[in-house]
Amino acid sequence: MEEVLLARIQFASTTLFHFIFVPLSIGLALIIAIMQTLYVVKKKEIYMKMTKFWSVFFLINFAIGVVTGIFQEFQFGMNWSTYSRFVGDIFGAPLAVEALLAFFLESTFIGIWIFGAHKLSKKVHLASIWLVSIGTVLSAFWILAANSFMQNPVGYQLQNGRAEMNDIVALLTNEKLWVAFPHTIFGSIATGAFFVVGVSAFYLLKKRQTDFFKKSIGIGLLVGMVGGLGLAFTGHSQAQYLMHAQPMKMAAAEGLWEDSGDPAAWTVIAKIDSDKQVTTQRLEIPYLLSYLSYNEFSGKVLGMNTLNDQMVEKYGEGNYIPPVKTTFWSFRIMAGTGGVLVMASLLGLFLLFRKKIAASSLYLKLMIPVIFLPFIGNSFGWIMSEIGRQPWVVNGLMKTADAVSPNVSAGQILFSLISFSTIYAILGIIMVVLFVKVIQRGPEERKQEDVSVTDPFNVGGVTNGTK
Amino acid sequence: MALSDLWFVLIAVLFIGFMILEGFDFGVGMGTKFLAKTEREKQLLIHTIGPVWDANEVWLITAGGAMFAAFPHWYATVFSGYYMPFVLLLIVLIARGVAFEFREKVDSPKWIAVWDWSIFAGSIVPPFLLGVLFSSMLKGMPVDGDMNLHAGFADFVNIYTVAGGVAFVLLSYLHGLLFLTLKTEGPMRKRAKEAALRIYWAAGIVLAVFIGLTAVYTDAFASRQAILIPLFAVVLILYALLHRLIKKGREGFSFTVTAVTLAAVTASFFIGLFPNVLVSTIDSAFNMTIKASASGEYSLKLMTFVALTMVPIVIGYTIWSYYVFRKRLTEDSEHLEY
Repeated sequence: MEEVLLARIQFASTTLFHFIFVPLSIGLALIIAIMQTLYVVKKKEIYMKMTKFWSVFFLINFAIGVVTGIFQEFQFGMNWSTYSRFVGDIFGAPLAVEALLAFFLESTFIGIWIFGAHKLSKKVHLASIWLVSIGTVLSAFWILAANSFMQNPVGYQLQNGRAEMNDIVALLTNEKLWVAFPHTIFGSIATGAFFVVGVSAFYLLKKRQTDFFKKSIGIGLLVGMVGGLGLAFTGHSQAQYLMHAQPMKMAAAEGLWEDSGDPAAWTVIAKIDSDKQVTTQRLEIPYLLSYLSYNEFSGKVLGMNTLNDQMVEKYGEGNYIPPVKTTFWSFRIMAGTGGVLVMASLLGLFLLFRKKIAASSLYLKLMIPVIFLPFIGNSFGWIMSEIGRQPWVVNGLMKTADAVSPNVSAGQILFSLISFSTIYAILGIIMVVLFVKVIQRGPEERKQEDVSVTDPFNVGGVTNGTK
Repeated sequence: MALSDLWFVLIAVLFIGFMILEGFDFGVGMGTKFLAKTEREKQLLIHTIGPVWDANEVWLITAGGAMFAAFPHWYATVFSGYYMPFVLLLIVLIARGVAFEFREKVDSPKWIAVWDWSIFAGSIVPPFLLGVLFSSMLKGMPVDGDMNLHAGFADFVNIYTVAGGVAFVLLSYLHGLLFLTLKTEGPMRKRAKEAALRIYWAAGIVLAVFIGLTAVYTDAFASRQAILIPLFAVVLILYALLHRLIKKGREGFSFTVTAVTLAAVTASFFIGLFPNVLVSTIDSAFNMTIKASASGEYSLKLMTFVALTMVPIVIGYTIWSYYVFRKRLTEDSEHLEY
C-alpha cells in the first residue's frame, strides 16, 4: 500500500504547486486586460506602461503554470490508472473539452498577444489579452467540473463496471461546481489583485514612480475588494452545500464528533484528539454554525460518529472519517485569510479615496506580506476540500486506496516524486528570483534602454545586440 | 463507422497535427544547437516559433485528454505502462516550456546556457520518445488480461523502436530546417537550406530502414497491405523528389513534403494498430480493441458534438495566427527578444 501513499503525496504536492500559479495567472490576466482596456479607452501612455510592467510577472508565472499543468493531466493515467478506467468516461470528458475550448484559446492568443503588439491594431491586440483571460477562466470551469464530480458524483450510471456519463446537463449543473467555481475564481481575482497591491505598496514606500504605482494600487484594491467580498459570499454558499452533500467534511471541519446542540455554535479554535475522538477547549460563537449551515439561527449539525454509522450501514464496515485535524485547521486558515483580505481591501480603498494611501506607511508595509495570504488561503482551501473527502476518491463510489495503478511500483513513483519535487523546487526558486529582479529594476528602467525597442515584454530582458 | 472508430481517427489526427506542428518547432529547437552560432542567431530561431510553440504543444495535451475521455482503458494502460518514459518526457517538456520565457530574463551567459540546453533536450527527446512509444505500441507490448502493461527495458528499447525514435527526430529536424528556410532571410536561410540538404540523406536512410523494419517486426503490412504499401510508396517517391525541391529553393513545397512524411509515418502506426489500440505480446486474446477500450455511447456522442463544433474554430484562429506572423524574420528585425 506504499504506492497509494506515494501517489497521494505526489498528487498533493504537484497539485498544490501547480495551484500556486493558476490563480495568479487568472487574476493577473484579468487585471492586465483591464489595464490595457484603460489604455485603449483613455489613450494615456501610463496605462500601456502598466500593462507592460505587470505582464512581465504574468508571463513568467504563466509559463510555469502551463508546464506544471501538463503533468496534472498525465498523472491520472500514470499513477491512478484504476481510477482513470473507472471514471474516464465522465471525468476525462471535461478535461478533453478543456483542452479544446480553453487551452487552445489561451495558448494561441498568448502567442499572438506577446508577439503581435506591432502587427495588430490596438483593438485586436486588446481582444487577444481578453481572450487569454477568458481562456484561463474557462479552463478553471472545466477542471472544476471534473473535480466536482469527484466531490459530488452526478450525471452517471454504473455500467460495465465503470461510471459512464448519462447526463451532461447534470454534470454541468452540479451544485458543487456552482459553489466551487465562483469561489475559486474570486480567490484567483484576489490573488492577482493583492499581488499588484503588495508590489505597488513596496514602490510607494520607496517613493519610486509614485504616480504609476498609485494608479496600480488603486486598480489592485478595487479588484481586490471584488475578489475578497466575492470570496466571503461564495464561501458561505460552500458551507451550505457541504451540509447536505458532504456532511462528513463539514463535521470534520468543525471537529464535531457527536451531534451538535440546536442551535449549533461555531468553533473558532479547539484542541482535537483524533485518537480519543474528542474535541476539547472549544472557543465558540453561539448560533453561528446553524447560520452557516442553514442560513437561520437554529438547526443541529450531525457529528462524525453519527455520520460514520450511517456510512457503515450504506457502504459496509470501515472508517469513513477523514483526517480531522487537517480539515479543521485548513478550513480556519482559509477562512481567516479571506477575512483579512476583505478588511485589507476596504481599508485600502478608504485610504485611497481620502488620498492618503501613499502616505500611510504602516498600511503599505502590511500589504507586502499580505501578498502571500491569498496563496495560503488557496492552498488550504484545496487541502480542506480534498482531504475532507477522504477516504473517497469519488465520493461514495470509489476509495482512494483502490484507485492506484496496479502495475506501477513504489520505486517508480518515488523516482518521479523526487524528480518532480526537485524540478518544481528549482522552478519555485527561479520564479521568486526573477520576480525580485523585476521588482528591483522597476518600470522606470525601461526608459534607459533604447526607446525604439518596442517589444512590450522586454522589461528587464537581455538586449544583446538588439541595437 | 462506429463513434469509437471515429474517435480513434480523431486521436490519430491530433497526434498527426502534433507531429507536423510541434515537429517543426522541435526541429527549430534542435537548430538552436546545431545551426545557430551567435546569440543573435539563437534569438532569431527562437523567435520564428515564439508565437506558436505553446499552441502546438496543446495538440499533445488535447490528444492525451481525448484518449482519457474516449478510451479510458487505452489512456490508463499506456500512461501507467509507459511510466518512466513519460516521466522523462514531462521533465524535458517542462524544461523546454519555461526556457523560452526564462532564457533572456537574466543577463548572464551561464544562465542562458542552461536554458539553451533545456531547449535542446526538450526538442530532441520528445520526438524520440514519441517515436519509441508509437512503434512499440504497434510492435506489441506485454499487456495482461486486466489490460495492465508490465514492460521491461527491452520492450521499450529495441532496434525497431529506436529506429522509430530516430526517424522522428531526424524528420523533425529536417522539417524544422525547412520551416526556417521559409521564415528567415539572408545567411540563416541559406544555412538552413544547406543543412537540410545534408540531413536529407540521413533522414531518408533512417526512414527507409524504419519502413523495412516495420515489415519485419510488426503485422502492420500483413494486415494493412492495401493501405500501407501505397502510403509508403507515395512517401518514398515524394521524399526522393524532396532533394531537388530543396535545392531549387521550392521552400513551400519542401516543407509540405516533410509535413506529409511526418503525417504518413504517424498515421501508419494507427493504420497498423486498427482495430486495436494496443497489441499484446503475451496473448493475442489480450489485444485491446478500439471497441473494448472505448467510453460509453453517450460520452462519445457528446464529445463528437463538442469536437465538431470546436475544432473548426480552433483551426480557424490557428491559421489566422500563422497569417499574422507570416513575414520572414531577419537578424536585423528590431525585436527578437522573447
